[in-house]
This record gives sequence, structure tokens and C-alpha cells, in this order.
Amino acid sequence: MKKLLTGNEAIARGAYEGGIVYASAYPGTPSTEILENIALYKEDIIAEWAPNEKVALEAVIGASIAGGRAIASMKHVGVNVAADPLFTFAYTGVTGGTVLVTADEPGMHSSQNEQDNRYYARFSKIPMLEPSNSQEAKDMVVEAIRISETYDSLVLLRVTTRICHSKSLVNLGDRVEGEKKPYTKQLDKFDAVPSTARKLHAKVEKRLTALEAFSNETPLNFIEWHDKKIGVIASGISYEYAKEVFGDRASYLKLGFTHPLPFKKIEDFAREVETLYVIEELEPYIEEQIKSRGIHCIGKERLSNQGELSPEIIRSAFLEEKLEVIDYDASDMVPRPPTLCAGCPHRGFYYELGKRKNIMINGDIGCYGLSGFEPLNAKDTTICMGASVSMAHGAQTIFNRYNEDMRAVATIGDSTFFHTGMNSLLDVIYNRSNTITCILDNRITGMTGHQDHPGTGYTLQGMPTTIVEIEDVVKAMGVKHVRVINPHHLDEVNEALDWALAIDNEPSVIITRYPCALKKYSPQDLEEFGAIDSQCVVDESTCIGCKKCLKTGCPALIWHPEKRRVSIDTNQCVGCQVCLQTCPVNAISVKGVAR
Amino acid sequence: MSTTKNILLVGVGGQGTITASKILSNGLVAHGYDVKMAEIHGMSQRGGSVVSQVRYGEEVHSPVIDKGDADIIVAFEMMEALRWLGHLKPTGKMVINNYQLPSVRINSGIDSYPQNILERIREKANTTVIDASDIAKSLGNRRTMNVVLLGALIKSMALEDLNWEEIIRENVKEAFVDINIQALSAGMKEI
Repeated sequence: MKKLLTGNEAIARGAYEGGIVYASAYPGTPSTEILENIALYKEDIIAEWAPNEKVALEAVIGASIAGGRAIASMKHVGVNVAADPLFTFAYTGVTGGTVLVTADEPGMHSSQNEQDNRYYARFSKIPMLEPSNSQEAKDMVVEAIRISETYDSLVLLRVTTRICHSKSLVNLGDRVEGEKKPYTKQLDKFDAVPSTARKLHAKVEKRLTALEAFSNETPLNFIEWHDKKIGVIASGISYEYAKEVFGDRASYLKLGFTHPLPFKKIEDFAREVETLYVIEELEPYIEEQIKSRGIHCIGKERLSNQGELSPEIIRSAFLEEKLEVIDYDASDMVPRPPTLCAGCPHRGFYYELGKRKNIMINGDIGCYGLSGFEPLNAKDTTICMGASVSMAHGAQTIFNRYNEDMRAVATIGDSTFFHTGMNSLLDVIYNRSNTITCILDNRITGMTGHQDHPGTGYTLQGMPTTIVEIEDVVKAMGVKHVRVINPHHLDEVNEALDWALAIDNEPSVIITRYPCALKKYSPQDLEEFGAIDSQCVVDESTCIGCKKCLKTGCPALIWHPEKRRVSIDTNQCVGCQVCLQTCPVNAISVKGVAR
Repeated sequence: MSTTKNILLVGVGGQGTITASKILSNGLVAHGYDVKMAEIHGMSQRGGSVVSQVRYGEEVHSPVIDKGDADIIVAFEMMEALRWLGHLKPTGKMVINNYQLPSVRINSGIDSYPQNILERIREKANTTVIDASDIAKSLGNRRTMNVVLLGALIKSMALEDLNWEEIIRENVKEAFVDINIQALSAGMKEI
């Protein structure tokens, strides 16, 4: 049966067909839907959200050593978090076949950098596969499991946004259950103390030699002969783009297995073609290795290492051809940047925090990343998951050292706090910091599309579980000054900020607790927060057109320039009442609505 | 790959472009075509500009459509039609929903909505304007606007000889099947 699947759905299907029994991940674009789709195979695969990518990979390592086939998936920057276990598990090898999926993001549609994770395969000396479409994505998971068990190694499956989120046709197969291998204690394999690790490193080097022989033989790396004037070497989505542009005007060496590279096949191919192009997105990962073998090729001389490739870019770089386009004036076109949703619980908090003077607001990864834009203009920084809390500590230390009148505030979400913010808060507490840590608890992982986490009370596959209360956690860690507030109540926000700013010799924590406006409320949420049953309305005769409410940046507020009045979009308003509190003339009121 | 046809569905998050392109793609598969479809998810796209790219033919390679290479663009919103006009083949067709959805920055009085969009596009391309929102409203469900536009797209690309009713039945919730079938045929009549 053939079905249209995204690359992520196809990877999940591959995990099912390949006999995977355990899967773990932390959500992150563009990888999130891999585990969400694996979780649908409830009968066959145990799928779990981990608090972070390091934990996800470690759980998968444990599963493998115990004898089960396992898969971990994460976005490119997630692999940085998981790099510690990755490099040593690369030494030990596996028991059950093990796959690590890295979903890279050329173009940074929803990421803070565009690192090329193919280097991780080379760096950690593990085999790597790169699918070009959904069919290959599915098939390569099955093949990766086989390679993992044959060569006793973790296998990296590297995909990019265009693979993850594009749909193409896939032939579905049946699940082939792996044999559960018995667990045996193997100190010489899994106990990576220095004396063992030295031996394991030697084994890894031998494994690489065997894998290079495999790379030269496997049909994952294949040649398509057409016109031999141009030869193209490409992998992943770049191969599809190259086919689109050159068609039969070039011959191809298509690489599906890209670490180690098939140098013999590459040399044979290079010898037969007049001009050799290496077409790859981001870094010259393949090109530099080919050039280091003394093979002449052209690549990054003509292609940028920044952003996504496209057929258009390749056509213009190598053929100097351009499609005819309609020429028109778009100078008055305006963008539609993403914004915090109507009723977002982050809005009221940043609205007040952003107004404070002599404050450095350290931001983190999540929807609140949007708090730096107009009109909120609140946060100062974004680096990585969990960084806000530790960065605030470092910054505050410097402000204190130079007697500067500045306070460092950290703002971090609930899921991000569980991810790596907890370690950072330990740093704050241990090192006698006086930063203000604000945990914006919207009761869900918001930006990636509502995944449960340790604070929500549910597992990925729908089992009720312990709710880890953030207030209890920070108190248990040793924070003495903790307040929990409703961020929709601006007076409560201001009072809490005044309170925290007055504590200048010890750390304080403000927890804003209110569900994401788009969250499907759990029974516990309904009990605690009640159903959404009201909206705000503007009385036009009272409104004076001062635009104060518009400073909240709520997308439900509509300014009518002709009559100089504001109205509220009933399709969007969820009655959070933040705008109402900013109105100096009480022109905004609440009305009940049936939902 | 000159036999490959390229369709862009552009609009604003929440307008139903993704559902329309899903129905379209499944129909094309049932037709026996090779199909690829690309979307960008990620940062909260509520109210953001969204685009679905659908390519079909004998064998499709790239999932993305270049500037100047779309055979048809169906714009669910007027400003989005202007934004994506550069992706249309000079000989391509533009189908525009006669509907404006201002951005947050326009609603806040920071930016202004571009003027005379329909006239400006008509000057440059073969354009059909459809009151899809009004048609959907008259059918009794404003949210079927996307399927009205899908109907217009199917007729424009001469794909109407397929059992689209069955495809709709397979892709929308049972309670909405009938109204979506009506919306589809209403959209076809507009071309």
C-alpha cells in the first residue's frame, strides 16, 4: 500500500517496521512529529517524552544495552545537549540496534542556529545515513537498525526540515520483530572506564575501516549514468534539487550513506566525468573530504554555506540559467511575523516587566522568544534551552562586581525549566546569586505544539502520572523567596516584581501559573482555572483612541484609524482581560459567552 | 521535468490551506500521479503567512516550487496573493479569494494594508477573483471557504474528472462531508 507521508511520519513508520520497541525524545522543530507518530504504535512501541535530549538518548542507550531496539530523535541543537552520552556510546557499541535521528534546520525556520550535524557522525565516528525523501526515510530507519546490529554501533540518521515536513509517497511494509537479546553483564564493553575505553577506541577505528568498505558496496550509494560532461555528487534533499535542475544533463553519485564516505566509488565516478560538482546544503562536509583526497571538484565556490538550497539557487550557480518571473512592485508589502496569541499568559507578564528600568531580561527558548519584538520590546537575550537562568547569574555577578545599578532577570518556560533550567537554578542558589528567576508556567510545552511534560500529569501515550510541581521543586532546591501569581492580573505581576526587586541579597523565584490559551484543558486545569467563558468588548463612546491597550500587542485588538477607536475581534478574544487593565478610561468590559 | 505541475496554496494560519492541500494531494495520488507536498511548520504560525506547495506529475523530485514556476496560485487572502505573485509562471493562473485579513501590525496601526491589490495583480497575470468567503457563508459554514477555493483550483487545473466526493469523505469529519461537497461544487462553478 502506498501512502503520502511526511518524512517524520515515514521515520516513525520505519521505527515500527524495523522492530523498534523503545523510543524517547524531547520536542523540537523540525523533529517533534517523529516521536508523536511513533507513539501511535501503542501496542508495539513504548514512546516517551524525556525532560531533555541527553536524558532521551541515555534512556535509549539503557534500552539498547538491556537488549531492545531503540530510537532517539531530536532537533539539531538537541544533539549538542545529548553529545556527552553520544560520544561514549559511540565507543561501546550496542546490544539492540540503536538509531539517533538528528533533524537539522537549514534556514532556521524555528531555530537559533543552523549547525550542520553531519560533522557529529565524523566527530563521534559513527555511521550516518541521509534520506532524500519519505520512502528513503522509512527504509533507512530499517537499514540503520540492521547496520547498528551488524557493525555494533549507534547509527545517525540525518534529516533536514524539507525532508521532515515534506510529503511524498511511501510503500508500507509489515513490522519485523527483532529477537530480544538476553542481557549479560559485559564490563569490557559497557563499562567505559579509562582502561576499557582505550580498548574500545581501538575497536572503533577498526569498525570505521569495515564501515568504509560497506559504504563502497552498499546500494545506498549509487551511480546514475547520463551525460558524463557533468557529474553531481549529492545527498539528502540536495539530490532531489539537483535532479530537478540537471535532469538527464548530468550523471549522479547519490549518497545515502555519508559516513564514512565511499571514497572508492567517488574516485571511480570522478574519473568518468568531465566536471565534478558537489552539491550540498550548509557546510562543505562531503566536498572537503573529497578535496582532501586530491580529487578536483566544485562546490562551495558557487554555493553559500548559509540557508536552504533550492533548485533556483542551484540552477543559477551551476547553469547560469534563470526562470522568467513576473516583475512587480511589492514595496508596500508588509510581513506577518509570528506573535503571542490572543490570551497568551506570557503577554501580561512581559507587558509589565518590559516597562521596568535598569533590568536585563534574559530570555530562553519557547513562545516567550516572541517577547523581544514590538510592541512588547521586553527580553534582551536568547542563547539556548535553560540558558536564561545561568546567564542571568553571570550577568548579575558582573553588575554587582562593578557596582552597576542593574538587575538580571531570567524568564523561562515550564518545559524549558524541566529541560535544563533546573541545573541553572542550582547554580544561582549555590553561588549566592540575587537574580530573579521567572518561570512562566503555561502548563504545557507550547511552541512545538502542546506536548506533555513532567508538570502536566500525563505521559506521551496518555497515562496519568505524578505532577511535578515547580513550586515544590524550587523550594526543595533551597529557594526561600517564591511567589506563584496569575500573569493575567497586572497588579499581581507588578506587586511580585516590586517584591522580588526588593530582595537584593538572595535569589527569588516568581512562577506565573496559567494555561496556554490554545491548550486543551485537562480535568485538573478545568478545576483550577475554570472554562473560558467570557470575552472583552470596547465601548466605542468611552474609548478615547489613546492606543494604550495596543501596547500589549494582542492580535485580537483592532485599531480603526478612520474613527480612531479600538475594537476586539470576537473570533480571537478569550477574555484574558489584560487589555482591560491597561485602559485609562474603563472603555473595555467583560461579557459572558457560551463556548 | 516539464510534465510536473506546480500548485501554490497561500494564506494566513487558520484559514484551512493545509486541509485543502491535503485533500488535493490525496486526490492527485488517487489519480495515479507522483505527488510531493511541502509545508513549513514551526514558530507559532497563528496569523502568520502560510504556504503549501503541491507538485505532481510522472516523477517529482523537488518538493519546493521556485520563483516563476507555479502553474497556479490559489490565494486565500489578498495580500498573500501579492506576496507570492513572483512565484507564478508568467503564463500561470492566479485565483484570489476576495477577502482581506489585516496582520497584527496593521491592526495595531503600525503598518498599512497595501492598496489596489486586485488591479495590480490583474495587470500582471491571468486572474480570477472569487467571493469564497461569501459563498461559504451562504452555504451555512464560513469555514468551508477553503474547499470552495479548492473547487475553483480543481476546475482550473482540469482535474474535475475524479471522484472528489470520495476523497472528501476520506479526509474530513463525517459531520462536515455534505457541506464540503457542496462547497467544492460551488467553487467549481466559479471557473
